[in-house]
Amino acid sequence: MKDARPFAITLDPGSSLANKTGSWRTERPVYVDRLPPCNAQCPAGEDIQGWLFHAESGAYEAAWRHLTRDNPFPATMGRVCYHSCEGACNRGQLDAAVGINSVERFLGDEALKQGWQFAPPADESGKHVLVVGAGPSGMSAAYQLRRLGHRVTVLEAGPMLGGMMRFGIPKYRLPREVLEAELQRIVAMGVQVKLNCKVSDLAETMRIGGYDAAFLAVGAHIAKRAFIPAKDGAHILDAVALLRSMEGAERPMLGRRVVVYGGGNTAIDVARTAKRLGATEAIIVYRRTRAQMPAHDLEVEEALEEGVMVKWLSTIKHASEGALMIEKMTLDAQGRPQPTGEFEMLEADSLVLALGQDVDLSLLDRVPGLAVQDGVVQVDPATMMTGHAGIFAGGDMVPAERNVTVAVGHGKKAARNIDAWLRGHALNRPPKHEPASFERLNPWYYSDAPKTMRPQLDLARRSSSFDEVQGGLTAENALFEARRCLSCGNCFECDNCYGVCPDNAVIKLGPGQRFEFNYDYCKGCGMCAAECPCGAIEMRPEQV
Amino acid sequence: MNAPQIKFYQTGTFTVGNRLLAPEQRSVQSSSERSNSINSGHRACQGCGEALGARYAVDAAMRATRGQLIAANATGCLEVFSTPYPESSWQLPWIHSLFGNAAAVGTGIAAALKVKALKAGMSESATRVIAQGGDGGTTDIGFGCLSGMFERNDDVLYICYDNEAYMNTGVQRSSATPPAARTATTMAVGVQPGASFGQGKNLPLIAMAHEIPYVATATVADLRDLEAKVERAMSLRGARYLHILVPCPLGWGAASHDTIRLARLARETGIFPVFEAEHGEITSVTKIRHRVPVAEYLKPQKRFAHLFAQPGQPGHPEMLARIQADADKNIRRFKLLDEEVTV
Repeated sequence: MKDARPFAITLDPGSSLANKTGSWRTERPVYVDRLPPCNAQCPAGEDIQGWLFHAESGAYEAAWRHLTRDNPFPATMGRVCYHSCEGACNRGQLDAAVGINSVERFLGDEALKQGWQFAPPADESGKHVLVVGAGPSGMSAAYQLRRLGHRVTVLEAGPMLGGMMRFGIPKYRLPREVLEAELQRIVAMGVQVKLNCKVSDLAETMRIGGYDAAFLAVGAHIAKRAFIPAKDGAHILDAVALLRSMEGAERPMLGRRVVVYGGGNTAIDVARTAKRLGATEAIIVYRRTRAQMPAHDLEVEEALEEGVMVKWLSTIKHASEGALMIEKMTLDAQGRPQPTGEFEMLEADSLVLALGQDVDLSLLDRVPGLAVQDGVVQVDPATMMTGHAGIFAGGDMVPAERNVTVAVGHGKKAARNIDAWLRGHALNRPPKHEPASFERLNPWYYSDAPKTMRPQLDLARRSSSFDEVQGGLTAENALFEARRCLSCGNCFECDNCYGVCPDNAVIKLGPGQRFEFNYDYCKGCGMCAAECPCGAIEMRPEQV
Repeated sequence: MNAPQIKFYQTGTFTVGNRLLAPEQRSVQSSSERSNSINSGHRACQGCGEALGARYAVDAAMRATRGQLIAANATGCLEVFSTPYPESSWQLPWIHSLFGNAAAVGTGIAAALKVKALKAGMSESATRVIAQGGDGGTTDIGFGCLSGMFERNDDVLYICYDNEAYMNTGVQRSSATPPAARTATTMAVGVQPGASFGQGKNLPLIAMAHEIPYVATATVADLRDLEAKVERAMSLRGARYLHILVPCPLGWGAASHDTIRLARLARETGIFPVFEAEHGEITSVTKIRHRVPVAEYLKPQKRFAHLFAQPGQPGHPEMLARIQADADKNIRRFKLLDEEVTV
């Protein structure tokens, strides 16, 4: 043996793999998934980053299918959602937030164009669920319940599907063919709908129909009134009725000077509608200042562009034919409006009150165990179940912010809890991931890419027609926009960890499989974590 | 440069690779097929920039030569941490002889290969040679051999991994140590603490003065750039020189996870200009993307701690200003900013 080696060589050659240098480590890198701020923010609980991930590779149908797991109305949402996700987007701290809403709309429109449909459920559960109200919340619940295999019957008091999406949102924001197509897609899954069918006694309806559970989403369709002393001939109407009448054949008569009283989104909608109906002047009278206005800033901006005027810090004291008496207000130390005793006259052919809406809760009169407070039904916020077992509620009739996205979220949440309740088990929700904050990102790796803006209709055409104001993205710029997503907190397979490890201790598992650490050789230097663009690696102290 | 043009991060890339990139656009280091020239189990420190730089460069050269590659290696960290007798991390034919003669050994191998090729009836060898060393083995001890290799235009790519001191033997000053840096032999004491100003050798410029076919600088922070330069170098024949900045957590007194960040800052401050030159003429520079003051680069390094005011110590703002002036000079000289700066 001793002669087998060359001169002066005493040891067999070896590989450095014999050194398990991982024993040097005091901290170990661990791959994590974090909750991106957009997802955390979405009232409908959309997995925004998840569907953008598909959109990034141009897999629009996969993106649409992923999106519609949580929200069946992407084309609608892409038009009416106030996209608070974009306000939370980490990219906003680099250049501008990802145009999530415009990509959502693109996917929704693409689905309509391509005729993508929802798959009917694979199994029938044999249970029958009643949904009262065919608005965003009711139809969202019906969709989710149907997906879970339940028989669903939707009873709607109105003559058409859509609820407040149809009767509260003007056409220039949401074209009716888009809304109708997205609603019909749910009906096509086998959801039964009965229109013009007002439920006046829920207990009785449930008994007769043999329903196993119910989801209530009747919406807030009753206009709030304020007492305004008025002389004969004063033309006063309410915003809800006005917007609803826009769905009929007859155009409402408003005159040339229209005053809208209120400061919410509905007030803005009415003023913009009045302009389109031919009013030369549409004036919003609001008690406070712009900063305090509850209406969405973007819509206020668009309305002002279209020539809608606003009288800030003003209240209406008295109405007579052709004129209103306005009192100037001032803000006190708490920011509340206080009268000043200064008056002025404002010419007006009509006055529209947009002071908020109430819910007609009469259908619940004979249902025991329900708690109603401030005009809305109290529900367990974790399950959306009312005080009466098996009866759930959501949308505008429960305590929450009133918008389409919240309503859709309620419908989904309620449906999942109804399903769990029907099957007699608790809903198992995995714990939420830690938030993916901007500080965890390594923004160096994100290059500069300004936001793609959607085209807007010319002002002249905007104020003279009900054509849609916001245009959509093209397939190309939707792709660009989707790819601006930083994938905060979740590995997007950029290979950085694999590339920067000085010890080859990162194992690449292949497309879609992400990576693993080889702790035999990982020395715990932390370079992978420091250079991970999206903060998906965490250093944890080694347990000794 | 033949690196793909980047529009934004998910399709082009500041990252090593990307799931959305076409396979032919991916970097060598993002490929699970990479040759992995320095295998796991090597004894480099945590976060070693030299281990990274060497793997990037040699893997890229391996791909460019389809694995037909021989490496000569000077003494230094790279040799010591990768080949303690009888083990080796190297996944290619690799030879080490002395501290100062890597360029000469590379030259000899290239000459032998050429003879073999001629005997086989070919004009040049398909097998290529690289020689590599640290800044000590290149700018000081091996400088004579290297200059000779340049002057004879031998067909060798010489790669210098510059960590700015003799790290292997305990952080002694080399002729590449930057001014004001504290090393074991240039302590942070006296009126002019740290390495003195105006003594360093700028080897890329010296190499350019030899008018050799190709000279380039790179850092471990810009992998695609580094790989593209190795590929360019391997596409040429004759003497070529690649100078890679490789931060050393131990010698620089920096956190091990900051290695790449420091390399990036060295470039973004202008302290380390990244460029390439052919036959003595600069052909391209990597522009600064987000310019930062030098203090941001120096502060995370303990070797420059004495420049900054601390409790009971006023610091050395005048030295800081001189380093900033040097960086500004580089920015002017190599036109590192997008707007053309006239001197």
